[in-house]
Amino acid sequence: MTPEVIAGAGTHDNVVMRAVGITKTYGATRALKGVDFEIRRGTVTVLFGENGAGKSTLMKILSGVELPTSGTLELDGESLHLRNTVEAVDKGIAIIHQELSLAPNLSIQDNIFMGRERARGGLFIDTRTQSALTTELLERLEEPLDPRTLVADLRLGQQQVVEIARALAGEARVLIMDEPTSALSGSEVEVLFGVIRDLTSRGVAIVYISHHLEEALELADHAVVFRDGSLVARGDRHEIDINWVISNMVGRNSEDLNPDLLDTFGEPVLEIDGVSVADPSNSSRLSVDHLDLTVRAGEIVCLYGLMGAGRTELLEAVAGRLPIRTGDVRLKGSSVKGLDVRQRITRGLALVPEDRQRDGLVQTMSVGQNMSLASLLDFVKGGFLRRGPEKRSIEDGVRDVRVKTAGPGASITSLSGGNQQKVVIGKVLMTNPDVLLLDEPTRGIDVGAKAEIFALMAREARRGLGVLFATSEIGEALGAANRIIVMSKGRIVREFDPRTAHRDDVMVASGESQQDQEEKAAQR
Amino acid sequence: MSSTTTAGTATPKRQFDLGAILLEGRAFIALIALIIIFSLISDAYLTLPNLITMTRHVAMNAILAIGMLFVILKGGIDLSVGSTVGLSGVVAGVLLQGLRIDSLNVVLYPAVWVVVLCSLVVGSLVGLINGILVTRFNVAPFIATLGMLYIARGAALLISNGSTYPRLQGEQTLGNTGFNLIGGGRLLGIPMAIWIMIVFAVIALIVLRTTPFGRWVYATGGNERAADLSGVPTRRVKMSVYVISGFCAATAGLIISSELTAAAPQTGESFELNAIAAVVIGGAALTGGRGNVRGVLLGAFVIGFLSDGLVIVGVSTFWQVTIKGAVIILAVMLDQAQQKITRNKNAALASSSKVPPTDSTPTGSSATHEPETDVTTPVGRS
Repeated sequence: MTPEVIAGAGTHDNVVMRAVGITKTYGATRALKGVDFEIRRGTVTVLFGENGAGKSTLMKILSGVELPTSGTLELDGESLHLRNTVEAVDKGIAIIHQELSLAPNLSIQDNIFMGRERARGGLFIDTRTQSALTTELLERLEEPLDPRTLVADLRLGQQQVVEIARALAGEARVLIMDEPTSALSGSEVEVLFGVIRDLTSRGVAIVYISHHLEEALELADHAVVFRDGSLVARGDRHEIDINWVISNMVGRNSEDLNPDLLDTFGEPVLEIDGVSVADPSNSSRLSVDHLDLTVRAGEIVCLYGLMGAGRTELLEAVAGRLPIRTGDVRLKGSSVKGLDVRQRITRGLALVPEDRQRDGLVQTMSVGQNMSLASLLDFVKGGFLRRGPEKRSIEDGVRDVRVKTAGPGASITSLSGGNQQKVVIGKVLMTNPDVLLLDEPTRGIDVGAKAEIFALMAREARRGLGVLFATSEIGEALGAANRIIVMSKGRIVREFDPRTAHRDDVMVASGESQQDQEEKAAQR
Repeated sequence: MSSTTTAGTATPKRQFDLGAILLEGRAFIALIALIIIFSLISDAYLTLPNLITMTRHVAMNAILAIGMLFVILKGGIDLSVGSTVGLSGVVAGVLLQGLRIDSLNVVLYPAVWVVVLCSLVVGSLVGLINGILVTRFNVAPFIATLGMLYIARGAALLISNGSTYPRLQGEQTLGNTGFNLIGGGRLLGIPMAIWIMIVFAVIALIVLRTTPFGRWVYATGGNERAADLSGVPTRRVKMSVYVISGFCAATAGLIISSELTAAAPQTGESFELNAIAAVVIGGAALTGGRGNVRGVLLGAFVIGFLSDGLVIVGVSTFWQVTIKGAVIILAVMLDQAQQKITRNKNAALASSSKVPPTDSTPTGSSATHEPETDVTTPVGRS
């Protein structure tokens, strides 16, 4: 079913919510410069734009998190003043944030009614009503869970469903979703999309933000593109494709984003030989199952696979974070077995972890201190840190990976996500590695910064490093690697040459559902 | 902010902002204000002898607080330091009174330096046990050190059988004199306790600012997982900070028992709370990764000069404790305000596409064209 038929999108009568001439300034920074924006009944409006382009700021204003500096909001043609999120929820405007905001120690129903508990006599929580309503909501979302299940016991995808249920419990008419799929697997994304289509058929207006361009295009009834705080382009479903989006986002074509790669390689630098890794959360299962892989100097190898395929576990085991159960890892011919993370870093093996905030950065330290953290011992003489050499190396590093910062003394939290990621990569490069491991190096960063990071990887490969990176985005696998290794359930299922590989074949090999790839094929 | 100034590389130039400066220097301003107010009320306050006496009181707490700073920077807490003060004093007492070995029918009178060494080792051992509990057995620092608070106190009471060891000055004939000089002696007219505080502060400053270990403490407290993945030996760091804290506590215990030439097993009760208060007033975050020696010293001086001042001007003890509590809460509230300002400033920077105008390094201009920012960092989202 197409939403156009049901909701008759495109006619202005269907506008639920309208923002007129919205500007927002933070100090001297203008985050939004006079944006006009409409949300229509029963349709999905997708917002594209790099980080900081103004998408999230606009969403915060629409959902009452922030007040606009100037401009007006209208709901059903009437002027609307939102002072806080509670007012927005009362008016039927709900937002699902990028990071889940559930309490894992409470049950599903407790989470759904958090802050608006149904109480008998204003005192005692009416568990029965809450339970019944929760069951009803979950059935509607095709996720028939026991409402008393603890949220901590749910899979990430199920938690996302609970989050949506919570938004719907307030009878949302406008539902804003900010990167809802960043934590979901392929099949879970499919369920979510089903839910979104069901919601639009009931007349709910959806505003959708995602860095995953192809995925978002699949959903879009309308798309708008933000750049530098302005709305620079808008289009209906039939007018837009991925090149339209990217060229409007960054003002250049998507082909320019792929880096130059070498085609001849040197000696093997990393040999993974029959490696098994136990599942960190359930040691009776194997996350990586007797896997063999060789990376040569100058080569960029991509580990492609779904969430849970074992990519992260493999990389963490190679880096020394997780224990290796069987097999051996050799770096330039010598085994690194039994060495800890630090010893492996010294030997030339370094990992850029998947979760930048959790594993990559020390948020309380400066840009410079983060940069030098892994190579600190290089600057020690007589037990003391030599500030001069450290400072010079940091400045070189900052320049080398092109971090945009006020200076090495600036707080790491004053950087954008892309620049933070460059700091993490810079930190790793300062250890002079021979093998660079990167786990989802472009997660949560925008197209421009992605291109820079792939260019950095390609440059390091040309310098003779072996690069092994994991991704779940097919475009990255095809564009940025010399070789694609498809992983599923801890094993290598197939190997592709990106120059000849067909994207559908790669996706099928990874175990993405038939339906999933059919839809993606139809989309093109 | 404080972390950049403590272990920092170049700090970017800041625009002149009176409010921010007042807020950042609040502990210092509070100390000056205290001195002015009390000296207006009492002529005895701002005299050299009194300042030295007060500073000697401060020294005790400052030494504990310096040890505590390491633990708090790491993101932990050490509740056992007060008991360690008592235990180390008792260990010194029992050794100076003579260690009776019944089987050989002799009484050993170790030299003072041996006594001091033994006390410091015992204090460090308490810290080591804390460290082992926290790193090997994953006991929460609060619980582990709370347990050690009782155990160390119990040990002190058991060793001494609950009684005080008097007359610790030693006897010439036994060759164990001089213990009283640790707390009672003076160098250049200044009590030894103050010199010890200065030495400890300088060492702590050097360790935190110029050694890899210092940087590792900040990194481990800021984000242990990230530090771990960067090759920081986080376990060793965590273990070490508790040993440092135990060592500092033992030193304080020696100073006190030397000053009194007596060691009571009850000495040091609730000292841990004063030490934590000094660290917190000095702007350290209990979540770890933020704080510095300068702040801790200021915090210790604020608490010490305030308490002594209240005594001198004759405020009742009931009011003294009440005021002390209010000061601690006020300090943390101001700290929160400052953190909020910093966070907002960083969030604004992160979501702005421009390099801030304060840029003075060549590194900022290397990236030129990409309009790239992020509002997905935790601080950017409210």
